[in-house]
Amino acid sequence: MSKQLEVNKLSVSFGKVNVINDISFSLAAGRIGCILGPSGCGKTTALRTIAGFQQPTKGYVLLGNKQISSPQKSLPPEKRNIGMVFQDFALFPNLTVADNIRFGLRNWTTDAQQKRIDELLELIGLKHLATAYSHQLSGGQQQRVALARAMAPKPDILLLDEPFSSMDIDLREQLAREVRNILKQENITAILVTHDQHEAFVMADEICVMHDGIIQQHDTGYNLYHKPANKFVADFIGQGVIITGEAIDTGKIKTELGIIEGSTPEGCQPGCKVDVLIRPDDVIHDDESNEQAIIIDKAFKGAEFLYTLRTRTGVEVLCLAPSHHNHQINESIGIRLDIDHLVVFKQ
Amino acid sequence: MKLKMLSIIAASLSVLAGSYAQASNEVNVYSARKEKLIKPLLDKFTAATGIKTNLVTAKADKLLTRLQNEGRNSPADLFITVDAGRLHRAREKGVLQAINSSTINSIVPSHLRDPDDQWVALSQRSRVIFYVKDRVKADELSSYEDLANPKWKKRICIRGSSNIYNQSLLASMIETNGEQAAEAWARGIVANMARPPKGGDRDQIKAAAAGQCDIAIANTYYYGTMLSNKKDPAQMAAANKVAIFWPNQSGRGAHVNVSGAGITRHAPNKENAIRLLAFLVSPESQKWYAEVNFEYPVTADAETSDMLKSWGAFKADNLNLSRLGANNVTAVKIMDRAGWR
Amino acid sequence: MLIAILFSVPTLTIFTFVFQPATDTWQHLYDTVLTEYLTNSALLVMGVSIGSLTLGVSTAWLTSLCTFPGKKIFIWALLLPLAMPAYIIAYTYTGMFDFAGPVQTLLRELTGWGYGDYWFPEIRSLGGAITMLSLVLYPYVYLLARAAFLEQSVCVLEVSRSLGCGPWCSFYRVALPLARPAIVAGLSLALMETLADYGTVSYFGLGVFTTGIFRTWFGLGDETAAAKLAALLLLFVFTLVIIERGSRKQARYHHTSNKYSQLPEYQLTGLRAFTAMLICFLPVFLGFLLPGGQLAYWAGITFDEMVDASFIRLTMNSVLLAASAAILSLALALILAYGKRLMPQKSVLAAVRISGMGYAIPGTVIAVGIIIPFAWLDNTIDAFTREHFNISTGLLLSGTLVAVLFAYMVRFLAVSLQTVESGLGKIKYSMDDAARSLGYTPTETLRKIHMPLMKGTLLTSLLIVFVDVMKELPATLILRPFNFNTLAVRAFELASDERLADSASAAIMIVLAGLIPVILLSKSISTSRAGHVKATRSQ
Repeated sequence: MSKQLEVNKLSVSFGKVNVINDISFSLAAGRIGCILGPSGCGKTTALRTIAGFQQPTKGYVLLGNKQISSPQKSLPPEKRNIGMVFQDFALFPNLTVADNIRFGLRNWTTDAQQKRIDELLELIGLKHLATAYSHQLSGGQQQRVALARAMAPKPDILLLDEPFSSMDIDLREQLAREVRNILKQENITAILVTHDQHEAFVMADEICVMHDGIIQQHDTGYNLYHKPANKFVADFIGQGVIITGEAIDTGKIKTELGIIEGSTPEGCQPGCKVDVLIRPDDVIHDDESNEQAIIIDKAFKGAEFLYTLRTRTGVEVLCLAPSHHNHQINESIGIRLDIDHLVVFKQ
Repeated sequence: MKLKMLSIIAASLSVLAGSYAQASNEVNVYSARKEKLIKPLLDKFTAATGIKTNLVTAKADKLLTRLQNEGRNSPADLFITVDAGRLHRAREKGVLQAINSSTINSIVPSHLRDPDDQWVALSQRSRVIFYVKDRVKADELSSYEDLANPKWKKRICIRGSSNIYNQSLLASMIETNGEQAAEAWARGIVANMARPPKGGDRDQIKAAAAGQCDIAIANTYYYGTMLSNKKDPAQMAAANKVAIFWPNQSGRGAHVNVSGAGITRHAPNKENAIRLLAFLVSPESQKWYAEVNFEYPVTADAETSDMLKSWGAFKADNLNLSRLGANNVTAVKIMDRAGWR
Repeated sequence: MLIAILFSVPTLTIFTFVFQPATDTWQHLYDTVLTEYLTNSALLVMGVSIGSLTLGVSTAWLTSLCTFPGKKIFIWALLLPLAMPAYIIAYTYTGMFDFAGPVQTLLRELTGWGYGDYWFPEIRSLGGAITMLSLVLYPYVYLLARAAFLEQSVCVLEVSRSLGCGPWCSFYRVALPLARPAIVAGLSLALMETLADYGTVSYFGLGVFTTGIFRTWFGLGDETAAAKLAALLLLFVFTLVIIERGSRKQARYHHTSNKYSQLPEYQLTGLRAFTAMLICFLPVFLGFLLPGGQLAYWAGITFDEMVDASFIRLTMNSVLLAASAAILSLALALILAYGKRLMPQKSVLAAVRISGMGYAIPGTVIAVGIIIPFAWLDNTIDAFTREHFNISTGLLLSGTLVAVLFAYMVRFLAVSLQTVESGLGKIKYSMDDAARSLGYTPTETLRKIHMPLMKGTLLTSLLIVFVDVMKELPATLILRPFNFNTLAVRAFELASDERLADSASAAIMIVLAGLIPVILLSKSISTSRAGHVKATRSQ
């Protein structure tokens, strides 16, 4: 598969503040990528640089084989053939749904325009609302129109800036799935920017986790969860706590919760200090265990309880337990570790 | 190459600049005299001579600023204004040149011309006292100086100190009586005002007629236009309630001011400007001013109007008019100090 | 940026005088009249604020959220006084209500009183000037306040009512605070006009900044001291501008909802309806019908003498000049405001601010500020071409309509800029980005997205400038080319020669020509509230 987008050693700064620091990644045609990170990590700036609303201070961006952004030459957004879906959708309130979609098709013949509009309205399931104005639509409908409008001119890449953030939380995953299906049907290369990992997991084929203007890890969702590249990713993706430990032998780590078996990081000799990621599902509630912990908080999750526990030594860990194990706060329960994918970092 | 381009641009611009640059058969007038009181004469001049006239009217000081900044490229030929002080100021700013016309010199007596021939008066008006006939007797009045007498307390109507006619009147007092006496006089007038100064000259006459005060100070021609205002009977009625009093007849005579004109320093059409000046002081034009705006002619022999004749002959102050201009700033400052608003 | 600098030139020219050493004239002013100028100007500003706020806000509220008989007429009739030049209304009121005027004369005849026997409000006083200016300037407040009331999302008003707040309570506690930025913007326009007014205050014999500047400059012949006064005036204005900015900043957080539906209209009946009608009728009557009637009466007397073939040309001149100034000023304001949006750098912002200050500077001061640099430029070019090509270019700009239009821009750009900026401010930046990402250049975006979205705002700007230029006097008077007259010049020359009746025809023509745009304006505002156009406003 050919590279549709390549970002090479890109840096962006506002005045003296470096917002993006030397990031590189690429995306193959037809893939959906995601830049995931907490707010202020530089993800939106990265997207806006790709779109052309921001100039890079270093590095370059290639779209197809064309260089579109570099400190020397930056193609204006309107010359890039990109599509963009905005956080607030930015539908033109003076135009109907159909005319919003038509907006980017001005160089097409009228027939071609109409065909494309019909096709997209069909795709997003809003054929009956072609002549409606944006304020007459629900949030989800507005979003689909925004998507259709961005896709209409068949852009080389579609950029989605937090497209679900103004939606009800319950709707987000469902909408993300819908959008993914639409993109896949049109075989569009896309980049999604979000702070919500669930959205990212549902929509994206591959995810860049970004923090402090740097890409921390570029991988699939599964790998981000199970094989985080560093402590930040481990902490940011999924739930869990990091406890300290000490390698006592190859493949053995001594922690306050007992000895854990698994591979130790490279170059870690016995005696070196490590951090171990403990996910809630790694901590098993076991009344038989000698290891006791006090429940300091609990949250009901339907089939499970998520307990926050404090061990004897004062370490806090999370524990996911089937919900028939209903214990009270301040009660002491037995736990043990059962780790499938050990995530451990050298300190 | 660059030079060639520049010269093309310059040439095309000079075409755009139009007819001002070339001397043609026209004359350009900057006038502080209102359009209604100059345009008809200009039209007559054009009809008589075939010389086209172009007119801009505005306040004198602003026209002077424009004239001064336009410098040697100014299109203006003639500067007309309605006060000797402004004529003096134009001369001081160096925007005028000597007229040197024997025709004009033979018509207008020398005390109505600038000593260096920089300007010439076109018409005369006097600033006099009007009294309400049924409340004041003419023999109670004597001179401008007497108006500061406490016997007129709260009986005088006069307009504000921003008005050039008041400034010139005070300037003449400074010239004859000295600065200190003039200031004392100004304070006396302020104390005798029936109301804070407001409105124009006609308003003073109207207020006197309506009973707000007994004496009004105004220019003669305002009185004339009120008397002849057939369309507004109220104005006529007001004017009929007051009578004109010529002050200082036993002394220096009534304060006189002029409207006048000068030829601008860089006038492109000087010859035409002189012809226009001569036309403006001709008996025909002088009569027109007397009839339409009730102003006195600058030539002794010119025919006046019935209205002017009915006011009788009077002795005019023969003070050199350029002194009004010279004392103007002092006059304004005195008025500020005296609280004359 | 360049444009902004260009239009700051006259203002800055005036400022250069400030840095010349103080003359003894300044000392003289300081000793004698400065305190009076300051107090009177401050009182005038305060009075006009109270007057125009009371009239403007109450009528705006009544006509946007209440129903009562005649409302449809009042909606546009309330704008009519905008077409009335302040000095004209001052002349007519004086003509009617002065001591020697028909009203007091009649009163004396009926009662047999004489001078001093009775009390009658003195028209030519500070209070009179405040009344006159409030009567013709309140429409700015009304215009912007009404637009703001109409734009308020219905939700907040419904919330307030559901919380047990009646119509009046909703007005004071919800609608008024929400509309505050618009009201302040309207008020600042009114106050800038107040500070720049010369005709009314000088006719009423008031010592304020403008009359002081004129007197010092032209009476005492001291440019430096006059410029110092002008600078003080600008300081005054600058404070106003800053206050206004401050209040507009908060506006961004004001609107919380996208939902617009039919506004709740309070049906007024009986005594309340009558009171509402009276409140709306008074400003229209006092600010338009009464002086308009007097003008019509005068015009009726003098019409045969004053209206001739040249009168039609005057009207054409005025209308063409006003229309081109309105369009030009709008175009410039769009460029400036949009440029500011695209490149929000400090230098651009400052340049835009300064070029917007002209509104509060008296027209004559601007005119002088233009003559000096223009004539200098002309003479420099002329000297250059004479030297190198032996051609005299003469005066290229001075004394042409270009100079006149330039003066209008300096003076009225602020109006266009204010309206366009507030209009642009309501359009979210993501709209720009969306259009750009769909292949539209910034200019195309402006044309295709911003301009249609701001249609109401753009019309408002056009029409206000049109009406203002129709009324404009001092700059036209001094900068115009030979043989070029406008209605305002004609009206003023006659009026200042104390020929009020003769000036009426021209004055009434100004009012009539201003009338059409005013009616159009109110139409555009009413229709622009359709939910779909303004629904962009959020956060």
